[in-house]
Order: sequence, then C-alpha cells, then structure tokens
Amino acid sequence: MKTSGLRQVVGPVGWGVGTTLVLSVLILVGSRNLAHFDAALVGYTFSVLFATFGLTYRYAMWLQRPPTAMYWRRGWQAFFRRGWRRQNAGVWVRRVGTDLLANRFIFARGRLRGLTHMLIMWGCLIAVAITFPLVFGWLHFRPVPGDLSLYEAVSFGFPAFRFPHDSVMAFVLFHGLVWSSFLVIAGVMLAMRRRMREEGAAAVQRFAEDFMPLILLFAVSLTGLMLTASYTWMKGYAYTFIAILHAITVIGTFLWLPFGKFFHIFQRPAQLGVSFYKDIGRTQELAHCRRCGHAFSSRMHIEDLIEVERQLGFQYDIPGDDAHYQWICPRCRRTSLAMAQGALWRGKRGGAPLAHGRPLPMPVHANPARGQGPLGAEDADNFFP
Amino acid sequence: MPVPDALEFFIDPGRCIGCQACIQACTECDTHKGQSMIQLDYVDRAHSTQTVPVVCLHCDSPTCAEVCPADAIKRTEDGIVHTARKPRCIACNNCVLACPFGVPKMQTEMNLMMKCDMCYDRTSVGLKPWCASACPSQALAFGTREEMARLRPHAKPVNTFQFGMQTIRTKVNIMVPRDSAVEIVDVTAAMHEPTIGHEMLDDVFEPGPDRGDA
Repeated sequence: MKTSGLRQVVGPVGWGVGTTLVLSVLILVGSRNLAHFDAALVGYTFSVLFATFGLTYRYAMWLQRPPTAMYWRRGWQAFFRRGWRRQNAGVWVRRVGTDLLANRFIFARGRLRGLTHMLIMWGCLIAVAITFPLVFGWLHFRPVPGDLSLYEAVSFGFPAFRFPHDSVMAFVLFHGLVWSSFLVIAGVMLAMRRRMREEGAAAVQRFAEDFMPLILLFAVSLTGLMLTASYTWMKGYAYTFIAILHAITVIGTFLWLPFGKFFHIFQRPAQLGVSFYKDIGRTQELAHCRRCGHAFSSRMHIEDLIEVERQLGFQYDIPGDDAHYQWICPRCRRTSLAMAQGALWRGKRGGAPLAHGRPLPMPVHANPARGQGPLGAEDADNFFP
Repeated sequence: MPVPDALEFFIDPGRCIGCQACIQACTECDTHKGQSMIQLDYVDRAHSTQTVPVVCLHCDSPTCAEVCPADAIKRTEDGIVHTARKPRCIACNNCVLACPFGVPKMQTEMNLMMKCDMCYDRTSVGLKPWCASACPSQALAFGTREEMARLRPHAKPVNTFQFGMQTIRTKVNIMVPRDSAVEIVDVTAAMHEPTIGHEMLDDVFEPGPDRGDA
C-alpha cells in the first residue's frame, strides 16, 4: 500500500515539476533571456509558477481516480475515433463556443445566473490575456524609434503592430484591466446578491468554497482600479502601498487556484470529452434492462461503469445470476426497492402479488420531466437552480 | 447547520397512495425551486395501483459520489449527500446509472445532475422536508425514532440494503414488520417479483365461484 501510495504522488509531482519547468523555459525564451522581463512583476511570475505546479499536481491526482481515468481515456478515444475526426473537430469548435465561451448551460439555469458567470468569466479572461504575457515578458510596448507619436507592441521579441499613443485604440488597450475590473465587479456583485438573498443558496453555501473566491476577485479588481485612480487623478498618492496591496490580492488568488472553486476552470472542459463519449454511445449497441427489457443507456457506458465500480471496490455482482446490478435500469431499481419491502409485509398487509408468468412491465414514471409535473409549465417557469 | 441527529427520515412504499402531493411539495424546496426531486413510479400501471415514492436514501458510502469523475457530489458531516456542485458537474450520467436506488435526475440542458438533499434548507434548521410534510399517508415520514415507534407499533426501521454482493447502509430508513428478524432488505432478491394488487371484478354480476349460478 505504501509503495502504491508513493507512486500515486510521484507521478503528479513529476507532471507538476515538468509543466513548471516548461513554463519557466518559455518565460526565458519569450522574454529573450529576461531582456524584456519586468523585474517589478517578479512576484507575480513566481506565484504563477507555483500555481502552475499546484494545478498540474491536482489535475494529475484527479486523473488517477478510476471514474476520471476512464472518462479521460474514453473521451480522447471518442474524439480521435477513425471516421469521426473531421466531424468531431467541427463539433468541438461549436461546443467550445456555445458551452465554454457563451455559457449556454448556465443561461439555461437562469438568465441572471448566466449573466453573472459571463461577466466574471470574461472579466477574468481579458485580465489574464493582458497580464500573463506582460508578467512573462512575452509582450511589451515601446515607442517607435524616429516617430515618438507611435507605440509598438512587441510579442516574443517580434514587432507585432503599431498605433498612435493618443488614439482611441491606445486608450482602450492601456485601460484593458480597468474594463475587465468593471466586468468582474459587476459579476461579483450579482453573485453576492444571490448568495445573500436566496434561501436555497444560503442553506448549502460555505465560506471557503463560495465566498472566498468572490472576495478575492473583488479585492483584485478594486485594488487594481485604485492603482489607476491613484496615478490618473491623485498624482500617484499612496501608489506604492496600493501596488503592494494589489500584488498581495493577486498572488493570493493565484495561490488559491488549485484548491478551491477556481479549480473548476480547469476541470470543466472535461464536459467536452463526456459529450463525445455520449455521441458515440448513441450510435452503438444499447443496454437493455434485465428486468423490464427496455433500453436505458449505451452498452459501452454500462460496461465501463461496471469496471469503474469494481476498481472502486463495489461488488454489485449478483451471485448465481451471472449478472450485475448495473444492468438494471433506474426505474426498475426503484421498483425493486418497493418489491423487496412489500415482500416482507406479505400476509401482514392487504394485497397479494399478481400472478407470475408474464414479462415484468417497465415502470411508468409519474413525473418524467421538468414542466410535466402537476403544475405543468408553471414548474418550468419557477425553476431557477 | 447540520441536520439534527435525532430527526430521521422513514420511507414506507407500502403506504403510498400515488397522490403526488410529495412531487408538488418537493418543488417548493428552496435548493431546487420549481423542480421536483421525488421519483414516483407506477410499478405496473396496467394491472395495479401500486406506486413507489423514492427520495435519496443518503448512503454512508455513496456510490454516486464515488463514480463521479468530477468530484461533484459531496456528503456533509451530518450524512446528507448533496446535489451535484454546479461548477463541477459535467453531466456524464455516471451517478444516474450507478445509484442503487435510482435517485439522481439529469438536467441535460443545464449539464447538471440534481437530486434530493432532504430539503437541506428546512432539515438543517429542524423542520420537516416538504415531501414528509405533505404526504397524507406518511409513506414519507420525518421525525424521531420514538415518534415512529409510537405511531407505527407494528413496524420498525431498517437502513441496510443488499444489492447482489454489495451491502449499502443509508441515513434514511425503510419500514419493515416489527416482528420479523430482517435486518437487511435484500433488494435484488425481490427484483423479479410481480406487482402487488387486489384482484377486482369490473362486472359485479359476473358469476363467482361461490355464487352457485355459474
């Protein structure tokens, strides 16, 4: 046990060290041997390097769990399946757009929730897209020699594009972090409002998991805006203090990335692999319930789940029946529970089992879907998880 | 706040009259407002009125959480297995297919599994869950063991279930006869049992064996 436990840790540590080294090399190369590296940002750089190690370590640990390992393998197999690759590439682009970038499934939970997430997500993405290349020395701006009215963006040491320093574009570009702060603060306010007003959220939320990320994002955005306010309108009043405060909030957020809610940013793309797995499952042989005979999933999914359950130590095998409980559909599982309880009351309560000899029917679900309950469409209108 | 230890959930499917009050009441729960987490099935609708109401039984070692590739399902110290954490659930269906009691529901358009959390907004402050508050026959009941012993002198709660070779202990109890020696409800053993019904005649004048006029 000790050896396998050690092996479980050594692999992820190796991956963590590897990705951190790769990023370090990229920083060296991208900043032309630190020639364009901004020494004032070294604290940010090291916190990102630490976060890279932590995230990779946690991701690699996560991938070792039997169900995650199974989906990881099957997801890639499904994506690279021969004959499906071209179609999958197109579907991948579409799903990244609708699910990850446009948050389709979050808007389906509620428009306000979708908007909240959208504001926070895009605020953070814009901020990361601006700051990371600057912190790594991959991007810097310089006046164009011979024409001081122009600025030039230099990416990985190569001139990228030029623009007048007093243009609208320059204003928009150099205040990119201000705009991203506005987006994040608006999103954080909406999220806080929900957490303070909704009783359902209040019942299950936890400080470290649900409030801490919001507080960190708010602190980063606010201190960032204070820097802009200090040098724009207050002649740099308390600039050094605010800069240190801002650095503390940003570095704190980076260090928190691998541990709390922020990890979902890296975990969430797994839903793309799941969607390809489901696509393939729909085209393959179906699993039929061994009680009622109806199809309820793909055979591949049931067989994979049986393997995962065995790896986890569950023993749902049914002795003497050459079967596994996983071959029973959810409806028949619920029904079987009632049958087992009813059998114990036989002779003590009214009613008797109907005659054997005919196939057992598929149980009929009384409330099959949202909007089909007793209140019909009103159920759907009321729904805001 | 945790659900008080003294308060427990008791299911007695034999008492269910299929009125669907639980389904409607469940939609009032604040953690999934507007959506019922109750699973109610007609066992054999063509031949019997038997219905099965199932809420989450909150396993000690929840299979749904173990097979979740995204670590989305968490069990709190009070034994409640919570609905999937929204940022994490990737809608893979593993929990829906693996739950031995068939409890989780998948909301495909939201990429989200949802399940009964025993009305955590209510039970965590000592109130009854909505379903147990509304159930007229108390097939779904919530209270102390002493209350149940007083109200159901012929029944006793059991919270251990057998599925093939797998034994599962749960926070929620199912009611079995008090005078039976049963400590484990063997679900798979009764899997192929036919429904329970009452033989009824739809023609009251139909000749019967004891009418003598056949």
